[in-house]
Amino acid sequence: MSSRERILARVRRALADVPADEPPVRDSGGGFADSHGVGPTLEVLEDRLTDYRALVRRVAADRIAEEVAASLERRGASRVVVPAGLPREWLSASSAAWLTDTAEEPVPLGDLDGADGVVTACAVAVAETGTIVLDGGPDQGRRAITLVPDYHLCVVRADQVVDGVPQAVRLLDPARPLTWISGPSATSDIELDRVEGVHGPRTLEVLLVEPTS
Amino acid sequence: MSGTFLGMPPFPEAARDAVNDSRLRHNLRKATHTIRDRRAAVVDEMGADWQRLRAEGAAVKEHTLRHLDRYLEQLEESVERAGGRVHWASDAAEANAIVTDLVKATGETDVVKVKSMATQEIELNDALARAGITAYETDLAELIVQLGEDLPSHILVPAIHLGRAQIREIFLEQMAEWGVPAPPGLTDDPRALAEAARVHLRERFLRTRTAISGANFAVADTGTLVVLESEGNGRMCLTLPQTLISVVGIEKIVPTWSDLEVFMQLLPRSSTGERMNPYTSTWTGVTPGDGPQEFHLVLLDNGRTDVLADTVGRQALRCIRCSACLNTCPVYERTGGHSYGSVYPGPIGAILTPQLHGMSSEVDEALPYASSLCGACYEVCPVAIDIPEVLVHLREEVAASPGHAGERALMAGAEAVLSSPRALDAVQRAAGLGRGAVPRHLPGMAGAWTDTRDIPEVPAESFRQWWNKRGKGNQ
Repeated sequence: MSSRERILARVRRALADVPADEPPVRDSGGGFADSHGVGPTLEVLEDRLTDYRALVRRVAADRIAEEVAASLERRGASRVVVPAGLPREWLSASSAAWLTDTAEEPVPLGDLDGADGVVTACAVAVAETGTIVLDGGPDQGRRAITLVPDYHLCVVRADQVVDGVPQAVRLLDPARPLTWISGPSATSDIELDRVEGVHGPRTLEVLLVEPTS
Repeated sequence: MSGTFLGMPPFPEAARDAVNDSRLRHNLRKATHTIRDRRAAVVDEMGADWQRLRAEGAAVKEHTLRHLDRYLEQLEESVERAGGRVHWASDAAEANAIVTDLVKATGETDVVKVKSMATQEIELNDALARAGITAYETDLAELIVQLGEDLPSHILVPAIHLGRAQIREIFLEQMAEWGVPAPPGLTDDPRALAEAARVHLRERFLRTRTAISGANFAVADTGTLVVLESEGNGRMCLTLPQTLISVVGIEKIVPTWSDLEVFMQLLPRSSTGERMNPYTSTWTGVTPGDGPQEFHLVLLDNGRTDVLADTVGRQALRCIRCSACLNTCPVYERTGGHSYGSVYPGPIGAILTPQLHGMSSEVDEALPYASSLCGACYEVCPVAIDIPEVLVHLREEVAASPGHAGERALMAGAEAVLSSPRALDAVQRAAGLGRGAVPRHLPGMAGAWTDTRDIPEVPAESFRQWWNKRGKGNQ
């Protein structure tokens, strides 16, 4: 008997008390809230991100290029990784050298390590928990490019922000590799003091794009 | 190379040494109170919804366990459809053999590891070492434990028993042996220590081509695995290598993707006391051009089906390893994790370890008693495991086992005396007459009871004697 068969047989024996007619599918009981009404969505997101010691700036939709350029300049970032599908107009005001990561020509690991930062968009953001989710879409790229560089500049559009975690889970496609980011990398392993900056990007900067009215 | 829990004394003995260690008690008190307060704050802000989420979390897990065979098959199918390979391991030895063979097949002799309770439980690192493979722990606390040849003492923060000065010493003395040495002027500032860990592991992450992880959740309908972490070491291991091997207990399954709506709220708030942990990675099989191109899922039984068979004890398998019960437990706060003699310490360990092992040793039999049954663990458990109920259930099992004939004889004697007024009267009279001769400490087996308690003074006459005399006088 294979281990697979052995384990499944043991499981079935262990569950002898479960009535044979008990439905094997559970109606999602729900009953819990989609969000918790803690305040205006964008303000809450900004507050939570700041709490995690991310840098956050609210920017107007027609000023993204200028704000990206200003952020990179303040950071002193001159060699910057970008995913192939990032809107090129966002980069038009900056004089940084772009390392464009494409499926055909991925930026080598050593170059990612040597880059000054990375600029991406995101898939969804959650206000209540200060979370940004990347799903590997063309304007976010493969996971390594937002991991190895020490500085991540992320552009979040107002229409991508939901209030609560359940709303975000419903919008996401589990078939894609997802990375949920809530602030810069951190540890609480030493006396449970939170310290920002271990292996992931030590600086997370978020440009929160105001809705166009 | 790493320590082992094997051969540790049973809880009462181990705990005695721990409570006499004032530095340990200081570290534990500080850490458990910090995290307890943080958890309370982020749970309170959820208002009444918290109890609804808790009930839903418990219901999802309970349902999954009751149909585990079906969900295991569904998970296997989903993972394989997405390009992963699924392996089944009945016990620790089989899991270790599977992983060792998989690593050997890659031709690598170094692997990086994400913190994983399952691989600690099966002592995978030792098994790999015997096969000439070095496993590098990359979680900061696991790194501290590995470098210090120490043992984990907490589910979430394995080095919770160590203070910053001790961690600095370990880094200065041991890092060079394992790779990039600690900077010579290293201080005990947590920032400096975290930086030293970053530098120590950076090259390793960029170079190592095989990684081993566990998982917090495995989603049956989509085949998605989920890892929550803080430092980014998890992302490194799950993203940069070519081959990823995940060892996951069969109880980690949730049926559907939408169940994460519940657990992604319950787990971070219960474990680190944050609204959300810094990083969560989810992956489904293999994604061409992004991350590991070879993915193996090793499903681990190792005693879990025995736990499943116990209708009272089964609820222990709902555990999502948040460690809120450790942080809130008055016993854990004073004894620390090592006293429990298992990778699963604290209240959840006291019910999980003896069930996984089948109550096979003195250490296991002592664990259900490592509690005052105050119930604080149940209150904070995000999946409502009634730990005190299981503790009492396991105590019944211990008391019924062959090694406890003496206690059973004593209890049978007590029952005979207490259920017969005549016998009780006779014993009370005898005790009253001989009361000068009753020692403060009882000899033999009963001495364990009087070690920590005084025998109450025996009165010259019993209540019955007094009542009867009084009644006659009044007539």
